[in-house]
Amino acid sequence: MHAQPPAKAPEREDIDAIIAQHHHLEGPLLPILHALQEAFGHIPEPAHAPLAEALNITRAELHGVISFYHDFRAAPAGRQVLKICRAEACQAMGGAALAEATLKRLGLDWHGTTPNGALTIEPVYCLGLCACAPAVMIGERVVGRVDAARMDRLLEVVGA
Amino acid sequence: MSEKLTIWVPMDSAAKALCADELAADIAAEAAGRGVAVDIRRNGSRGMVWLEPLVEIDIDGTRLGFGPMTQADVPALFNGLATHPRALGPVDELEWMRRQSRLTFARCGVTRPLSLEDYRAHGGLAGLKRALAMSGADIVAEVTASGLRGRGGAGFPTGIKWKTVLEAPGAQKYIVCNADEGDSGTFADRMIMEGDPFSLIEGMAIAGIGVGATKGYVYLRSEYPDAIRVMREAVTIARAEGVLGGDLLGSGRRFDMEIRVGAGAYVCGEETSLLNSLEGKRGVVRAKPPLPALAGLFGCPTVVNNVISLASVPVIFEKGAAHYASFGVGRSRGTVTLQIAGNVKRGGLFETGFGVSLGEVVDDLAGGTASGRPVKAVQVGGPLGAYMPREKFDTALGYEEFDAVGGLVGHAGLVVFDEGADMLEMARFAMEFCAIESCGKCTPCRIGAVRGVETLDRIKEGDGGAIELLSDLCETMKDGSLCALGGFTPYPVMSALTHFPDDFDRRKEAAE
Repeated sequence: MHAQPPAKAPEREDIDAIIAQHHHLEGPLLPILHALQEAFGHIPEPAHAPLAEALNITRAELHGVISFYHDFRAAPAGRQVLKICRAEACQAMGGAALAEATLKRLGLDWHGTTPNGALTIEPVYCLGLCACAPAVMIGERVVGRVDAARMDRLLEVVGA
Repeated sequence: MSEKLTIWVPMDSAAKALCADELAADIAAEAAGRGVAVDIRRNGSRGMVWLEPLVEIDIDGTRLGFGPMTQADVPALFNGLATHPRALGPVDELEWMRRQSRLTFARCGVTRPLSLEDYRAHGGLAGLKRALAMSGADIVAEVTASGLRGRGGAGFPTGIKWKTVLEAPGAQKYIVCNADEGDSGTFADRMIMEGDPFSLIEGMAIAGIGVGATKGYVYLRSEYPDAIRVMREAVTIARAEGVLGGDLLGSGRRFDMEIRVGAGAYVCGEETSLLNSLEGKRGVVRAKPPLPALAGLFGCPTVVNNVISLASVPVIFEKGAAHYASFGVGRSRGTVTLQIAGNVKRGGLFETGFGVSLGEVVDDLAGGTASGRPVKAVQVGGPLGAYMPREKFDTALGYEEFDAVGGLVGHAGLVVFDEGADMLEMARFAMEFCAIESCGKCTPCRIGAVRGVETLDRIKEGDGGAIELLSDLCETMKDGSLCALGGFTPYPVMSALTHFPDDFDRRKEAAE
């Protein structure tokens, strides 16, 4: 499990290149936003004006779209993002207690980041791992049947 | 050993979540250390999640199962298979497998998901070949005859939807696959996309030539990174092999598709907000009419179908509509892909004809709870589905059958809770979830869900008089919401209240 590479500082030419790369698609906005977030770890504010102009939408409309979706961030997350499933199947297997204990241990609320920047913790509503609950995802790695000991090891590995 | 030993280790994300990748690496290392030549193949999951990671070893064409495997069990795989502590015998003969009618999931777990050669060898593309020789009207008639209904939850007849799109005027039409499987307790879409992606591609291609659409989109939730990777690769392979593109299987017909990734909004599983999201807008629900079939993506006639609906199309064309319709009960024809989850001894995917009773699934197939405590409730159909008490366990799994008892089959996910569950808390969670995920367009959902949480908190604090208010609020949300999110959140709330009134009687507790 390696941490995500440090996000690049957003340069105008990188932003333009990402927009140009997806501009030909039908309904290009979400693919562009995903690509921006992948490159920079968030949707950088300097991308708003060129993006609105390229797609011929207002900045208000763009803000409306970005803020609608849980995935898009206005600022970079920690080096790793831990998503803990809060949905019903995980609750049936003690997911709520696991989440509560993890937040308490880290001294964080949902969406919080540890002071050392190692980890951001997010709720997620179903990872499709409902038959091996409770489940979490760290980066893109999924983990099932998570108990306190397994959570401790995960947190230790990411240095949270 | 002159011949390589073929060992199967699933690449399904449930297996990976239980360390299948690490296990595959260990098996390779152990084999290398012993000088044994092995061919490690990655398959999808057979659906027996309690046995994952389930390793299979091919001995003279019979696949022997070993599971649930741990790293410590690896060396013994090379010391006489019959005595291995995790030996299960031939996988196809396990009771869980024998009792199923696998139509949609026939290949899942059997083949290598990204091998088109495996796909063809197991009946793949036979359906598309047959469809390519048929007229659009005949293709639609075949789907209608199969009795297939929307597997995403609504249960709308697929054939009627396709017919509407076929007959709608329009130079451009679309096939949109709803792969925004956000309901807790459901993972059939994820499993088929990771385990047999070509079946979805083939189903979409048949839909395309059936209704005259040349372009398809799969709207796939971002919470499924493995499914996204597999589907993208499968589309690339299919295009290179002429299964997609400008000349489908040499027929001169055209259909192509793209994978689009969602952005963490549950409501985008609702078809009209999904279409808005694909267009690059806020995922806000649209008022119907117009129906998406007439004015869908970019205002064009659009088929919006769930993954399992579309992935069931190839087998309908391969084996015929009559064969598919011979399974099921009443107006629920074909198979249902049950997803058994939560607090169960045996969780996973079980495909069978409609009509099996809820009790048979919970007590027999699932084997009761993992905790060993009595079952208290089963939520059927995702976060918008009703909590069913044991008194309703004789209900048969079918669209009309569940509707008659105030429930819904939905996407056929079942989440089992033991007696430790607090149904007031579950009702509160349903309202909280609705408040978080509401798109905000209609008032009953946007405001109602917030008031619902507050009202449940009052009940929790001992205000029994608020129960009537809660019922009233649910009535308003049910009748006044624009889509199923606000409209169906009352199902879990009211079923919890109706069937488990004791959990809502906090006066005593509060007084003590």
